[in-house]
Amino acid sequence: MASAQTRLSQAAARKRKWHINRDLLLAIVVLTPSIIAVAVFIYSFIGWTFWISTVNWNDALPDYTFVGLKNWLTIFKGTRFQTDLRNLVMYATGFMTQCIVIGFLLAALLDQRIRGEAIFRTIYIFPFAVSAIVTGVAWRWLMRPDTGLNLLLEQVGLGFLKSRWFSDPTWGMLFITIASSWQFTGYIMALYLAGLRGIPGEIKEAAQMDGCNTWNLYRHVIIPMVAPVTFTAIVLTGMGAIRLFDIVAAMSGSGQAFSTDTLAFHMFEQTFTANRFSISAVLGAFMIILSAFLVIPYLRSVRREIY
Amino acid sequence: MRTPSFSFQVLWTRLAIYLVLIAFALYFLMPIYVMVITGLKPYTDVSVDRMWQLPRGLYLDSFAEAWGRVAPNFGNSVVITVPSAIISSFIGSLNGYIFSKWRFRGSNTIFLLFLVGMFLPYQGVLIPLVQTLQAFGLYGKLTGLIFIHCIFGIPITALMFRSYYQGIPDELTDAAKIDGCGFFGIYQYILLPIAAPAFAVVLLWQFTTIWNDFIIGIIVLSNPNLAPINVAVQNLAGSFTTEWNIQMAGAFIAALPTIVVYLLLGKLFMRGLLAGSLKG
Repeated sequence: MASAQTRLSQAAARKRKWHINRDLLLAIVVLTPSIIAVAVFIYSFIGWTFWISTVNWNDALPDYTFVGLKNWLTIFKGTRFQTDLRNLVMYATGFMTQCIVIGFLLAALLDQRIRGEAIFRTIYIFPFAVSAIVTGVAWRWLMRPDTGLNLLLEQVGLGFLKSRWFSDPTWGMLFITIASSWQFTGYIMALYLAGLRGIPGEIKEAAQMDGCNTWNLYRHVIIPMVAPVTFTAIVLTGMGAIRLFDIVAAMSGSGQAFSTDTLAFHMFEQTFTANRFSISAVLGAFMIILSAFLVIPYLRSVRREIY
Repeated sequence: MRTPSFSFQVLWTRLAIYLVLIAFALYFLMPIYVMVITGLKPYTDVSVDRMWQLPRGLYLDSFAEAWGRVAPNFGNSVVITVPSAIISSFIGSLNGYIFSKWRFRGSNTIFLLFLVGMFLPYQGVLIPLVQTLQAFGLYGKLTGLIFIHCIFGIPITALMFRSYYQGIPDELTDAAKIDGCGFFGIYQYILLPIAAPAFAVVLLWQFTTIWNDFIIGIIVLSNPNLAPINVAVQNLAGSFTTEWNIQMAGAFIAALPTIVVYLLLGKLFMRGLLAGSLKG
């Protein structure tokens, strides 16, 4: 670079500099429409949702009278919202545990020089190419109380495991996670597999030379080394739990006494069925606040890689 | 020297590993198996006690019936997905190029602010979105849906292309700058010719995401005739409550394009998965 500069006359250097500045300006101009789109459709819309949550627009005709936190209090006092929170905790626990534990287990097993690894990998990941609606429709058929899984369990002599699945008034939400984990575990497995492949073989060998058995190798060496993947997996599955909508819509709707209701489903009904826009904006804004707890730590970790 | 008992232990461990892997493979295939065999049965044969059994013969009428119901929506999904995927990939290729090769003060911050959009729960912007689309006469129109998919694709496509272009040495683009190559010149002559793999990954990712979308489809398109395929599959369950053969056939038709694309281009799909999480 330095030698190239000395070869150029000063005038040419000035001209080149002017070119680069002009091109940098061009780059900013090309980027501008996207910046405006993100600023409007993401940031201003988030603000807009918060604003609507503080006005009195609770039927078809807009009413922009400021009412403060009245809608927020209405929602927080409602039993449906409280059930939604309970469901979120239950769903997030079941979904994250299955995806992360099974995802890691399958990745660790596939990492053992397996014959036909590509076939196994293809089968594990393909559900991720299937939409949540199709997943929900298929699992609704599998979880019919009079057939499907119950029939299968009975035929293999495990009849005592028969269940009402997602129609169970208490644990219904946990059974929804079986369907959604079926779809998502392959993705988490792929992330872990890439993480495991990134660990140099010498580290494993060194640990084994020191007399480390397989359990301790995973416990003290490998699992800590794939911690960044676990962090990503927690963010991705956590976001999936917060915005859960499609699978529930396809499988059970809000369920008996809202046993499988979600924030997103509740919000959707408040908007399009009840036309209570300010009330539903509270739910939307609340979902934004919840996701911030995952997005902000994620961005902080990403920032280190970017700068 | 290894004792025989030790190698037995190794053998048993290997066997156990393969058994677990095969069990999970069967588990992941199970819903698709049930979907296909149920779709291949006539209504009279869809009894709850024979759910797991193969159909008695090749019977395609359920698929024909389901196809008759969802074909227009399948067409809508093609009309929505193909342009959205192409346009958003193109936008992403330019944005990723700027974020990696034309950094300016604040460009990294802008990029980070873009990434927030990847995690946005759409419910958080649903009401303003509907109001805005209504104001511009795009509500309920396929063009409105394409427009929204392109906008919500900006963060992920920029991220994927940026990661790809980061792998191209800056010396290459700096040399081109010195040789008097401008902003579009470098893009056209240096990056585009080698960006085919990135385009394939991003196109595939956007195709799958948009094809599988449900929520934006029902928000923007209230008219069932314009609805994309996944909304139609959901409606099918409402109109054929007990005809599981039709429901399953419809669901399989909806899943087929993305499954085929995945089986053909699995490697690219893997790369998309990893790029989409940034830690790839």
